[in-house]
Amino acid sequence: MTRARTARVIAAAVVVAAIVAPFTLKPYGIYLLSLWAVMTIAAIGLNLTLGYAGQISLAQASFVGIGAYTAAILTTQGWPLAAAFVLAMALCFAIGWLLGYPALRVQHHYLAFVTLSFATLVFLVLRNEEWLTKGVYGISGIPRPTVLGWSTQGPVDFYFFCLGVLALVSAATWWIIRSPWGRAFMALRENPIRASSLGVDTRRYTLMAFAIGSVLGGISGVLYAPLVQFIEPNAFALGLSFNLLLMVIVGGSGYFYGPFLGAVVSVLLPEWLRFSEGLYLILYAVFVMILMAYFPSGLLGLAEGLIKRAGKPAPGPALPTRDGDAS
Amino acid sequence: MPAVLEVRELAKTFGGINAVNGVSFDVHDGEILGIIGPNGSGKSTLFNCILGQLTPSAGEVRLDGRAITGMRPSDLNLLGVGRTFQLLQVFPQLSVRENLILAGQEHLGSIWSRLAGRPDAGLTGAANRMIEFFRLAVVADERAGALSYGQQKLLDVAMAFMAGPRLVLLDEPAGGVNPTMLANLRERLRAINETAKATFVVIEHNMEFVMSLCTRVLVLDEGRIIAEGAPETIRDNHDVIEAYLGH
Repeated sequence: MTRARTARVIAAAVVVAAIVAPFTLKPYGIYLLSLWAVMTIAAIGLNLTLGYAGQISLAQASFVGIGAYTAAILTTQGWPLAAAFVLAMALCFAIGWLLGYPALRVQHHYLAFVTLSFATLVFLVLRNEEWLTKGVYGISGIPRPTVLGWSTQGPVDFYFFCLGVLALVSAATWWIIRSPWGRAFMALRENPIRASSLGVDTRRYTLMAFAIGSVLGGISGVLYAPLVQFIEPNAFALGLSFNLLLMVIVGGSGYFYGPFLGAVVSVLLPEWLRFSEGLYLILYAVFVMILMAYFPSGLLGLAEGLIKRAGKPAPGPALPTRDGDAS
Repeated sequence: MPAVLEVRELAKTFGGINAVNGVSFDVHDGEILGIIGPNGSGKSTLFNCILGQLTPSAGEVRLDGRAITGMRPSDLNLLGVGRTFQLLQVFPQLSVRENLILAGQEHLGSIWSRLAGRPDAGLTGAANRMIEFFRLAVVADERAGALSYGQQKLLDVAMAFMAGPRLVLLDEPAGGVNPTMLANLRERLRAINETAKATFVVIEHNMEFVMSLCTRVLVLDEGRIIAEGAPETIRDNHDVIEAYLGH
């Protein structure tokens, strides 16, 4: 079986499991699965910006926050969730595009700090602009939508709604990644100077990578608000940004299926480790440390390495090189 | 012969150092111009100033009579100017074929039609022909990073030609390449020069390579042109021997 075919078979099995699972779970389990779907969408966005285009961002939680607050404010005032989707996507595209500008000047940890500052700024707006966001009191009573006559009030229904959006986002991202844009994003990651000498408008693609990644963060937020039905600024602070970064890296940065797996590790694994009671966070931390120390290309990088070793000796570097040094 | 590229009084200063110090020359249509000179004589800086990687401190560059000084590298490439770098520059995680498709895709359609269109931008056939031409068929589906140095070098050169440029600037194409591969490279460059009527400027240290490939040679020393002429006259030029061997 070829690698692509193995991936397809596994993906199909996961889709079947994702459809069957909610019928076997209690409401809290269904809530966690929904959260997994929602966080996967945000992680797919970050994977596009970081994993494919090579632009580090510690502000993905801010876009989840912008999406969530857009949904909360609009739907509690009677607007349909569809309006929130449109507005949040437009807002996140514009703000994400602007956030891309610093990336035209600085890279790597400098860029990380720029995006970190932006994340702090968004957090302060969410906390202090009480007229709009109700500040630390948060917004409660966020309704779940009725989609074409289908009420998503129940946990299973809302889960399938999230899963449907995740499917759409996955399909759109798949399209982008295998299009010439995806190739240009990877060129940007691996060698921006060479890319520009081949006619790749690195400026436009950098901004586009930020804007699209941010839009997916926004979509995730629009689903997050009606999922938890109560939001407050702390949910979108740095902790979530780091968590999304962890999902991308642990799953396998630059692998299409990476965020799906990364979100399992970040959202579901801690719950599965609860049998150990007080130890679960310690076990979780140790797991992540070992994974990162020995398999920095993430779980999918590890899997790919194992498949290759089983097949034939694989030449070449195990890690994606990110150097863009010119002569 | 009309000039494809005109360089006029080009200069680049880094702090107090004049890396390129008022260089003027023309590149004629269809020729293979060699630029030689000792290490640090300003060859790569000259290329980077012409190609928009560096902004020149003074001077002017024209392509087909049109001012291109300080133009962005990507825009310049879209005008038909290809290049290779001194150090290897391929995309290691992409396959050989993907590297070549990337090298051609931005020349086709608009950014939106590329998103909506075919994943390979319709370039698989052209990439395969380039792979055949540079004799890379056995590694076509390998990741570029897994290739031998010489093969990567061939790929690097092939990428510069993927979009059918009319002018290509090659920075040390022979560096670190074994003699067999080098003969292959020279033969390929000659073939493209003859069939596609592409014009080349080649920076090179390998004298034998320059003398056997180029139709005209410029010699750079301390940021200035100290000699110019046919390969055989340059070989015997007193100033050139002095610049290379010291005073």
